[in-house]
Amino acid sequence: MDARLPPMIKDSALTALVAAALGVFIVGFKTIDVGTGGPVFDYQLVDLAIAVVTIFFGRLGLQLASVGLKWPAFVLGIALGAVGAAPLKLPSTFLHWFIVLAGIVIILRTIWPWANEAMAKARHSPRGANYGRNFVKFFGAGLLVAAVLMPFMPFADQKTMDLAVLILTYVMLGWGLNIVVGLAGLLDLGYVAFYAVGAYAYALLSTQHGLGFWTVLPLAGMMAAAFGLVLGFPVLRLRGDYLAIVTLGFGEIIRLVLLNWVDLSNGPAGIGGIPGPTLFGAVFAETAPAGKTTFAEMAGIPFSANQRLIYLYYIILLLALVTNLFTQRVRRLPVGRAWEALREDETACKALGINPTNTKLTAFTVGAMFAGFAGSFFAAKQRFISPESFTFIESAIILAIVVLGGMGSQIGVVLAAVLLIGLPEWFRDLGAYRMVVFGLAMVLIMAFRPRGLIAHREPSVRLHPVRAGP
Amino acid sequence: MTPSREEGAALIEVEHLTMRFGGLVAVDDVSFSARPREITAIIGPNGAGKTTVFNCITGFYKPTIGRLTLHGEPDYLLERMLGHEIGQKARVARTFQNIRLFPGMTVLENLLVAQHNKLMRASGMSVFGLLGLARYRIAEAAAIDKARVWLERIRLLADADRPAGELPYGAQRRLEIARAMCTDPRLLCLDEPAAGLNPRESAELNDLLVSIRDLDGVGVLLIEHDMSVVMTISNHVVVLDYGRKIAEGNPQEIRNDPAVIRAYLGTEGDADA
Repeated sequence: MDARLPPMIKDSALTALVAAALGVFIVGFKTIDVGTGGPVFDYQLVDLAIAVVTIFFGRLGLQLASVGLKWPAFVLGIALGAVGAAPLKLPSTFLHWFIVLAGIVIILRTIWPWANEAMAKARHSPRGANYGRNFVKFFGAGLLVAAVLMPFMPFADQKTMDLAVLILTYVMLGWGLNIVVGLAGLLDLGYVAFYAVGAYAYALLSTQHGLGFWTVLPLAGMMAAAFGLVLGFPVLRLRGDYLAIVTLGFGEIIRLVLLNWVDLSNGPAGIGGIPGPTLFGAVFAETAPAGKTTFAEMAGIPFSANQRLIYLYYIILLLALVTNLFTQRVRRLPVGRAWEALREDETACKALGINPTNTKLTAFTVGAMFAGFAGSFFAAKQRFISPESFTFIESAIILAIVVLGGMGSQIGVVLAAVLLIGLPEWFRDLGAYRMVVFGLAMVLIMAFRPRGLIAHREPSVRLHPVRAGP
Repeated sequence: MTPSREEGAALIEVEHLTMRFGGLVAVDDVSFSARPREITAIIGPNGAGKTTVFNCITGFYKPTIGRLTLHGEPDYLLERMLGHEIGQKARVARTFQNIRLFPGMTVLENLLVAQHNKLMRASGMSVFGLLGLARYRIAEAAAIDKARVWLERIRLLADADRPAGELPYGAQRRLEIARAMCTDPRLLCLDEPAAGLNPRESAELNDLLVSIRDLDGVGVLLIEHDMSVVMTISNHVVVLDYGRKIAEGNPQEIRNDPAVIRAYLGTEGDADA
């Protein structure tokens, strides 16, 4: 017998003892209300015993794995999984799940170092690096094709299209914020403020001055950019945490102004009746207002509510792609490199004669502009906006998308947006537990990919061309 | 001020430089000058105020008293300029005691960031660049060529596409010097470039600095503890102790200066110790 085994068994027994002591009151018995005559206890000691035994073996398995006894740990994990999955007559189904989960945790703990090592080796071999690069490239191209074809897929019903538009809005916001946070390294917690500026710019200009979506879109972008410039000028001399706090404050100020300046924004009641975007003057509705034609009439096809959604989908896809192409392009320009250099070391930038204030200001302003575009799209899609839509949690979600995706990674933002926006929608059936899934996804990403889903950074320029893929 | 040299050809003139931090006088009435195509070393024990002098020259500190003139067409009064303007307009470049590269960016990108202002003009504040005009592409190709020349000189050509943070320590030191040189400086300030280098790397550094002086014609200000570097390559040495200048002269004079020996080199009088 291995000399390492007795202390492990002792430790596992102790763990089981603690679990038993804690569990006896929680699982061991429960009171049943029988109406009169005080509490009656229902003893569940068998449940407790099974849970404690599982905990004993679970702890043992984790310890085996941690000292490197991989095979015993692996076998124990498999055994636990098999016991849990076997059609035994356990008192509750929860216990089945509990035992299976214990087995899975042990197996993961056992293979994690192996997998990690293999991944690290693959990443550092030139072939592996190439493979990763090609994967990202082809994956991106595949995603684009899928996104373009998506509205014509059989599964693209109204609900799916709605969700797709929502996800793409966040992808665009993520790509916009990526310029500020991912490239320039400015932690902006008030990004939603510029989104609100864009949304209100379109809402007000369209409902009060009758301007169309395509006219207002650039105006909204410019207006948000102007706000970015004005807000950025005083605050961008701050660094890191201080900047984050001030931007957080500005985000709230914009929202509070919208809430309280009733003459301008109609306050908490919001602005309704915002016209949707038109296609060459044609509106997407069943009946056109006076002097306009509907898209269905123009195209000579029967009206369907989906047409509007598909049109919105392509608009946001286009806007998001413009954001992406702009970022890809600007990264290869001196200003983009200066943004990244600023993120890496501001002092060194100054020593090289780069004006840090101007450089930060451009990043902040450009990021705000894209938020403005997205905002006016949001207003046109929702047809109703109120300050409710622009709370801090929106900024937090957009930031989470950028950070979880991998700072600076374009594909990462897409994956994170699908995960963070899509998951809670798909798991609506789980009811109250869906936010637990959301939280779990975030914790898992940060635990296993601390630098984000895609941490690979493609250089903006290469001296030596990359050899062809594997 | 400098009896051993004729006046009038100075590249940078430091006059009565004083820097106080609260009650602490880090630099006390220091005056010296450095000439183009020369290596001027500033030496002194730890805490003598060498790096503070550098920080004043490169705009990281505003001197309490003193005038810092960079001669040229026109003359620049460095103490009146903002930090980044000193690099951009007066063309004073520096390196740092603790290396400050852009670790996540590649070696080549580090050298391109150094040419930021030139490329920014060529890209028409990014407008031409975004449109993909030839003017910017030509400027970028020229910048890459310049980077390639420097990568050959510091023997890092093969590592051009690696992240700078992955390079070994000595290579990072060389890269930081190359990056400073890519800004086309007139004055290069090096803060302990030989710190942490082994004797072979240190000898290579000597050759690099001599070539920067003789081939590129740049004036070099050098803070260094490694006497094998200082005594071999400097034309002129300024010695600081407790914030004051205690001696100035060519290496031979410094080696034999009793005040320097007392303050810095120890009592044996062995300058190579």
